[in-house]
Amino acid sequence: MTGHRTLIVGAMLTLAAGTFVFRLAGPLLRSRVEFPPLVRRLLETAAVVLLTALVATSALTQGHGFAGYARPVGVAVGGLLAWRKAPILVVVIAAAATTALLRLAFGG
Amino acid sequence: MRSAWRTLDRDLLRSIVLICASVAMVGISYGASAAAAGFPLWLPAVTGALVLAGSSEFLFVGIIAAGGNPFAAVAAGLLVNARHVPYGLAVPEVIEPGWRRVVGTHLMNDESVVLALSQPDIARKRAAYQLCGLGILIAWPLGAFIGSVGGSQVRDVGAFGLDATFPAVILALILPRLRDRITLRAALAGAAIALVATRYLPAGLPELLALSGLLLGT
Repeated sequence: MTGHRTLIVGAMLTLAAGTFVFRLAGPLLRSRVEFPPLVRRLLETAAVVLLTALVATSALTQGHGFAGYARPVGVAVGGLLAWRKAPILVVVIAAAATTALLRLAFGG
Repeated sequence: MRSAWRTLDRDLLRSIVLICASVAMVGISYGASAAAAGFPLWLPAVTGALVLAGSSEFLFVGIIAAGGNPFAAVAAGLLVNARHVPYGLAVPEVIEPGWRRVVGTHLMNDESVVLALSQPDIARKRAAYQLCGLGILIAWPLGAFIGSVGGSQVRDVGAFGLDATFPAVILALILPRLRDRITLRAALAGAAIALVATRYLPAGLPELLALSGLLLGT
């Protein structure tokens, strides 16, 4: 690894710079261009759609396959509690505990 | 700014603390696995502070540890992080003008954005976004450092069910937004598209593809 350490650090800095540019792009564009209210609403909905997809992929998948039952069941329990207006502390602890206990019980 | 943080209700402040705590735990596992793969001890923490986007860092470190090309690792990480563009388009108002702009921009991540979306007005959107972002800026690199130095017990986050906390938090915070019928339809279509795409496409792309769900919902 030491052989190409400089290359790795360079790669890491490139990733950091590129990520910063991604973070900068949206607000920069919005400060230059005035979008009509309909488009502004659509852009907010886009973020909600993206985050929902992220919930689905991070709850259900691992790499290119299925993550196993323990994680999605835990997330579903947390989601159900959130839907019943439970505080986030309860949601998170219930999700983690359910997943951990299922793994303990079934080894998956 | 501190007075603005006081406008946040207690449940939200607790959620931010909780989010940061679980980010730190995952950071510990990230640092531990990077150190086990032979990376220098400072690297996960420095990467954590500069990139500040967990899933892309896991991927980046994982590809290099597996003997992959660093350029491929950068490309894979950038693909995962491309979702920050639509995030910034959705909530540009959370970033304050002036010198705070650079820091505010760097604080953008899944959790800070979803918290901003969950708040009713600009002052609280900004306060939630910044407090959560700053907390993660501390918790993530700190966790990574502890993990890489400690060679920790928490290498397997699965045993504690910690991998369920990230989707659960995002889901809980996004749920009120999904009460709107049109948004819900678009979000469900997007999630289905992303799940199918995950089988075939590299990480990051399925979530971007989910945006096509907007066409079905609107």
